[in-house]
Amino acid sequence: MHYHWDLSMVLADPSRWWSAVGVTLLYSFATVAVGIVIGAVCGLALLSRRRWVTLPLEAYVEVFRCTPLLVQIVWFYYALPILLNFSLPAWLAAGLGLTLYMGAFCTEIFRAGVISIGRGQWQAGRALGMTQIQLMRRIVLPQAVRRMVPPLVNQSITQLKNTALLYVVAVPDLMYTGSIVTAETYRPLEVYTSVAAMYFIMLYPMTLLAKRLEVRVDQ
Amino acid sequence: MTSDSNAPPNGGPMIAVADLVKHYGQVEAVRGVSLGVERGEVVVLIGPSGCGKSTILRCIHLLEEPTSGMIRVGSEQLTFGRGGRSLKGRRLAEYRSRIGMVFQQFELFPHMTVLQNVMEGPVTVKRMDRRAAADLGRALLAKVGLSGKEDSYPNQLSGGQAQRVAIARALVMEPEVMLFDEVTSALDPELVGEVLAVMRQLAEDGTTMIVVTHEISFAHDIADHVLFMDGGQVAEHGPAAEVLVHPTNPRTRAFLSRFHGTAAAVRVAG
Repeated sequence: MHYHWDLSMVLADPSRWWSAVGVTLLYSFATVAVGIVIGAVCGLALLSRRRWVTLPLEAYVEVFRCTPLLVQIVWFYYALPILLNFSLPAWLAAGLGLTLYMGAFCTEIFRAGVISIGRGQWQAGRALGMTQIQLMRRIVLPQAVRRMVPPLVNQSITQLKNTALLYVVAVPDLMYTGSIVTAETYRPLEVYTSVAAMYFIMLYPMTLLAKRLEVRVDQ
Repeated sequence: MTSDSNAPPNGGPMIAVADLVKHYGQVEAVRGVSLGVERGEVVVLIGPSGCGKSTILRCIHLLEEPTSGMIRVGSEQLTFGRGGRSLKGRRLAEYRSRIGMVFQQFELFPHMTVLQNVMEGPVTVKRMDRRAAADLGRALLAKVGLSGKEDSYPNQLSGGQAQRVAIARALVMEPEVMLFDEVTSALDPELVGEVLAVMRQLAEDGTTMIVVTHEISFAHDIADHVLFMDGGQVAEHGPAAEVLVHPTNPRTRAFLSRFHGTAAAVRVAG
C-alpha cells in the first residue's frame, strides 16, 4: 500500500465540521428529549384498562418498531406532504421521524419500567390509603425510573447514531457533511474515518456512563 | 360471632362481615363467610392453605372486590354484588387508610429509609406535618424495638426487623383495625419470635386485630376468638381454648393434628 494519508484537505475548513457536529448533537438532544416526553405520556397511558386508549398507542408503538427508521424518515419527507398537501421542510420531516421513533421505544421502556414494580408494592401503597396518583408519584415511579435509566441511556446512544440517517434528506449533519466533503476532495478514506472518529468521541463517554448507571442500579 | 347486616353502627361489632363471597373466575375462594369483631378483640383465622382466609382479609381491605356480601368497618357499611354499593377513588383510599394491613412479604418501600417508610402514610395520605410525622414514626419504631434503625434501608434489615417496620408503618396511621396476613410465614424460624412479641404487645394494648396465621400456640395465646376455615367456609368457631384445644369438628381435629407438637404444647400450657 502506497496510500498517502492526508487529513489537511479534509479538515481544511474546521467550522464546517463544528457546524456538522452541532447539527448532529442538536437533533440528538431534541429528539431524545421530546421522545422521552412522548414515552412517558404514552407509556403511562398504556397502563389504562380502556381499550380505546391503549389500542391506538399499541398501534403507534408497533408501527414505529416494526418499520425501518430510514423508511420512516423518507416517508415523512416525501410521502406525508402529499397527504397534507404542503411540503414539510427537510429538518422537520427528518426530525418527526426520529422523534416518533424514539417516542415509540421510550413508550415501551416506560411501560416495562412501571409494570416491573411488583404487585406487592402497589398493594402496600393502597393499604396505606393512597390514591392512584399518590401511589404512582410516591411509590411506583421513583422505583421504576431507576430501572428505566439504563435502557433510556442505551436508546439515546442508538438515537445519536441514527441521526446519521438524516443524510438521505440532506440535513447537514455529520454524515451528510462527510459525503459533501468526500465529493469535493475525493478523500473518502480520510473523510469517513474522521466522521467515524467524531461519532466515537461523542458516544464513548456515554457508554461509560451507561455502564456506571447499570452498576448503580444493580446495587 | 355472626352479625345482623342491619346492626346499628354504634351498637354492633367494630367489624362485621356477612355472607361474604369471592369468586376468581370459576374458583370459589370464599363461600359465604360471616364474622364479627368487637372493639379491642383479637380474632384469628386458621386453616389449610387455599381455604380462603387471606382472601377474607384482602376483601375487608378492599384490595379485592368481593363478589357479594356485606362488610362494615366502623360506621362504613358496604354491600357488594347485585345492587351493591362499593367505593371508588378518594373514598376507597380514605376507607383503606382506616385499616392497617401487614403482608407476608413485608413490602417495605425499598427506595426509602426505615423512618421514611413509616412517615409515608401520615405525610402523603394524612397530610401531616413532616416533623410531627417523624416524631410519631420514631415513637412507633421504638415501640416495635427498632430505635436506631431509622436511617437504614430495607435491604439492610433482617426479615424480622423488616416485618416490624411494616407493622409500625401500618400502626402509624392509627387504624381502627389491624389485619395480619401470615406475617411470619416468610421468616426464618429464629426471627418469628420477635414479630410475634410485637403482635402480642398490640393485643395486650387493646388493638382490634384479625390475624391469619399458622402459629397455633401463638393463636391460642392471643386470640379471643378462633375461626377454623376450610374450603372457603367457616367450619368451626369459638373461643380459642375451645377450638384449638377441644375441637368438635373432625376437619378441625385433622388440621390441628398436623401441628401435633404445638397442639400438645398448648394443652400442657392450658
